[in-house]
Amino acid sequence: MRIGVFTCHCGENIGRTVDCPAVSKACADFPGVVHSEDYKYMCSDPGQNLIKQAIKEKNLNAVVVGSCSPHMHEKTFRKACSDAGINPFQVEIANLREHCSWIHDDVPSATLKAIDMMRMMVEKVKFNGPLTPIRVPVTKRALVIGGGISGIQASLDIANAGYEVILVEKEPSIGGHMSQLSETFPTLDCSQCILTPRMVEVYQHSKIKLMSYSEVENVEGFIGNFSVTIRKKARSVKDELCTGCGLCVQKCPIKKVALSEFDEGLATRPAMYVPFPQAVPNIPVIDRTICTYFKNGKCQMCKKVCGREAIDFEQQDELVKEEVGSIIIATGYKLYTIDKKPDDSPIHGYGEYGYGKYKDVVSGLQFERIASASGPTSGEMLRPSDKKVPKKIVFIQCVGSRDEAKGFSYCSKICCMYTAKHAMLYKHKVHDGEAYVFYMDIRAGGKMYEEFVRRAIEEDGVKYIRGRVSRIYQDDGKIIVKGEDTIAGVKVEIDADMAVLATAMMAQTEAPKLAQTLGVPYDKYGFINEVHPKLRPVETSSGGIFLAGACNSPRDIPDSVAMASAAAAKALVLFGSDMLEREPVVAKVNEATCAGCLYCKKVCAYNAVEAKEIKDRNGNLIKVVAYVNSGLCQGCGTCNATCPSKSVELLGFKDDQIYAQINAFAEV
Amino acid sequence: MNFGYYPGCSLQGTAKEFDLSLKEVLKVLDVNLNEINDWCCCGASSAHVMSHILSVALPARNLLLAKHRGMQNVVAPCAACYNRLKVSQHELKFDEKMRMKVEEILEEKISNGVEILNLIGLFQKIGLGKIKTAIKINLKEIKAACYYGCLLVRPHDILKFDDPENPSSMEEIVSIIGAKPIEWNYKIECCGASHSIDNTEIVEQLSKNILNDAIKHDANVIVVACPMCHSNLDMRQKNILKKYPQQKAIPILYLTQLLGLSMGLNYKDLGLHLHYINPVPMLEEKVKVEEVTI
Repeated sequence: MRIGVFTCHCGENIGRTVDCPAVSKACADFPGVVHSEDYKYMCSDPGQNLIKQAIKEKNLNAVVVGSCSPHMHEKTFRKACSDAGINPFQVEIANLREHCSWIHDDVPSATLKAIDMMRMMVEKVKFNGPLTPIRVPVTKRALVIGGGISGIQASLDIANAGYEVILVEKEPSIGGHMSQLSETFPTLDCSQCILTPRMVEVYQHSKIKLMSYSEVENVEGFIGNFSVTIRKKARSVKDELCTGCGLCVQKCPIKKVALSEFDEGLATRPAMYVPFPQAVPNIPVIDRTICTYFKNGKCQMCKKVCGREAIDFEQQDELVKEEVGSIIIATGYKLYTIDKKPDDSPIHGYGEYGYGKYKDVVSGLQFERIASASGPTSGEMLRPSDKKVPKKIVFIQCVGSRDEAKGFSYCSKICCMYTAKHAMLYKHKVHDGEAYVFYMDIRAGGKMYEEFVRRAIEEDGVKYIRGRVSRIYQDDGKIIVKGEDTIAGVKVEIDADMAVLATAMMAQTEAPKLAQTLGVPYDKYGFINEVHPKLRPVETSSGGIFLAGACNSPRDIPDSVAMASAAAAKALVLFGSDMLEREPVVAKVNEATCAGCLYCKKVCAYNAVEAKEIKDRNGNLIKVVAYVNSGLCQGCGTCNATCPSKSVELLGFKDDQIYAQINAFAEV
Repeated sequence: MNFGYYPGCSLQGTAKEFDLSLKEVLKVLDVNLNEINDWCCCGASSAHVMSHILSVALPARNLLLAKHRGMQNVVAPCAACYNRLKVSQHELKFDEKMRMKVEEILEEKISNGVEILNLIGLFQKIGLGKIKTAIKINLKEIKAACYYGCLLVRPHDILKFDDPENPSSMEEIVSIIGAKPIEWNYKIECCGASHSIDNTEIVEQLSKNILNDAIKHDANVIVVACPMCHSNLDMRQKNILKKYPQQKAIPILYLTQLLGLSMGLNYKDLGLHLHYINPVPMLEEKVKVEEVTI
């Protein structure tokens, strides 16, 4: 073994607390080391050239660099060595910066520690072997989960680049929450007017296969090679025959039983329904829980009136298998429902606000429906209880959000803006009305956002009160809002006609389950985690699975659209090559010693371990062993630690390598 | 059924009728209360503003005594006592330094083992079904405003009892015994308890708001489970009536008294004669003794 050791000063970062020349000198005496030097910036071009030169001159076959974290420059040094003819996996990094210089201040002892760290790496590298990157083929199709604005944008971007997309939406129509909105901040353009053309584009796009009223049931495989099972729920309507004439919906006699999901419970819908007039696809669904035919076998009115014979009461859920190379999660959000808390949830309700008890206390989305031209009041500002125009209205921000006592620590980000918009829309329709907003802070970061809020206050005369509302109750038909004005330092009591609660954005209820199916991590609120909040915001820790929109954290439309395009770009990067290269730091099973207990399979967080049958030449089963799918394996090493017979090893971190490090450390 | 009993000072003084009615009702339900021997002040009214450690040590002593007697649980009908006992238990569990100090004072190791129940918790333990079987009198004309005040449900993180913002456990019991709990807005509003002595004017104003909201929502009685609530709504009501001639009177009953009425116990045994606002005229009008329904 001919090892070269290079100690970087990282400017002052390492050099200030570690005596780098001394480290370099000490390293020169380690057995196996034939070259040792230090330099101010090893990652710079001249620094890399020092390494390359030494490799050539001293005929090195392994390299140890003492520098910053391998997260920063492992790739840089591996590439430099590879250029000079060494296998890149013969390079090891000792993290002298984060693990030593930055956390200590005593130079002599930090220097001793640095020498120890270098010795450990020198001993480790002696057991490194050359590794070759894993190459896997790529299926150039994408699955997009969720048909809100994020999913729509991501689908269109990928499809317009020429690749096939399968867009799965659990509701009967795509459009998501954006289709429910009245107007959008900060431009006040009509939400549906800007959204529906996109929805139609999705429907008509030759490269997009739209699967509405469907859910992802199972996902197998790995980056570039996912196999997805999608449950196409029974609509009771044959979509290939239906023309969307709407006669069945009109004639359905079960009109007033179910509350409309689209109108947030402010209106009813028939048992046979399309969520809203511009729905895409414009194909109705039968709600089997309330349809009289499904309940007692009578009616069949829809079937009688359908000229296309598209109604199919016998239709069953269908499982569809699709092969894709990349998955984009765009499942969006739901609003916190304010009522009493469910028993098993850490989230507390807002009993003090009387939501659900008083009809005129509504959520932000309900107000959107009231303000929307397609809503239950056709856009007229009427309160739900008696359909009168509310002359005094109170908007309350941060209902849930930023309220640790209720179980939320995060800011929902969009409420400051949409509350300003709500107040504005109200004032535009009820000129003599009074609008109050209770707020904690106004967070209006974004292009034209602050100006928008100022406009609400200055031009439309919305009264902003800084403080929290302690209680809402009904008295003589009025909604009494009791709160505090923390600037004036007085108690406030407003006898309003209506109150609108800007409730927290939450992850969809099924998001954790989906995340588990996909093998991606999520936080305690159910939001799906990105790999790095700054530098890798749309990637998950599972290769090939990307994020878009509010499934990751509260996000408004512009941010969601930008993120969706970013996620699409990531998928397209993947589709740009026919074969994928992955780091070969994966687990490998020694089939000779593996007893097939499959404990490793149980602990694998990425579903990368499977059972493999070993047969003799006549096809008789000899034994079952674990097999690690190197496409899926993320190299976490959990299987390695779990295996009772030491039959799984993590390449690059093999047991001999780790033991060599420990021994090197213990020798001192 | 047996429960440990911590009466506290109120139930031996201003809230004597609370104690009387509780014991009468439990007799009917065949439940025994074993009073903690040599119990002392819980620290509610003054200790916790004077000395923090005293306010933790006093309840701790009482709980230790209960433990010595082998009690699994202790009923503290007074909401202030209940609150102090719970808070002390909580602090000793999570604040190790405090626990060591208190152990030094009490000269004994503290281990948290005693379950502390408030009045409603006690009835929940006994079982609402069992209470239902003891009902003899029809109370359907009684429209009760259940008033929780503050100490029964707050702070929620420590007490973990009912929804602090919209509690409903008292209503549940009231409807079990056949009376009608009303919907109203002031069930957890402040009655001004802490200022009962030093600033009665504030108390009168706050209590008046509570009384009026109950009256407005058609209640003919306010039901409480706290001696402080009771004294502010009942005793101070006298003055309120004097000051505001328009004000209507409304009787204030302890939950136990209402339970006692439903079980057919007599007024005197329930201490109904001990109130400032005499509930008897209302009861004679609304409770028809002959309408016995078993």
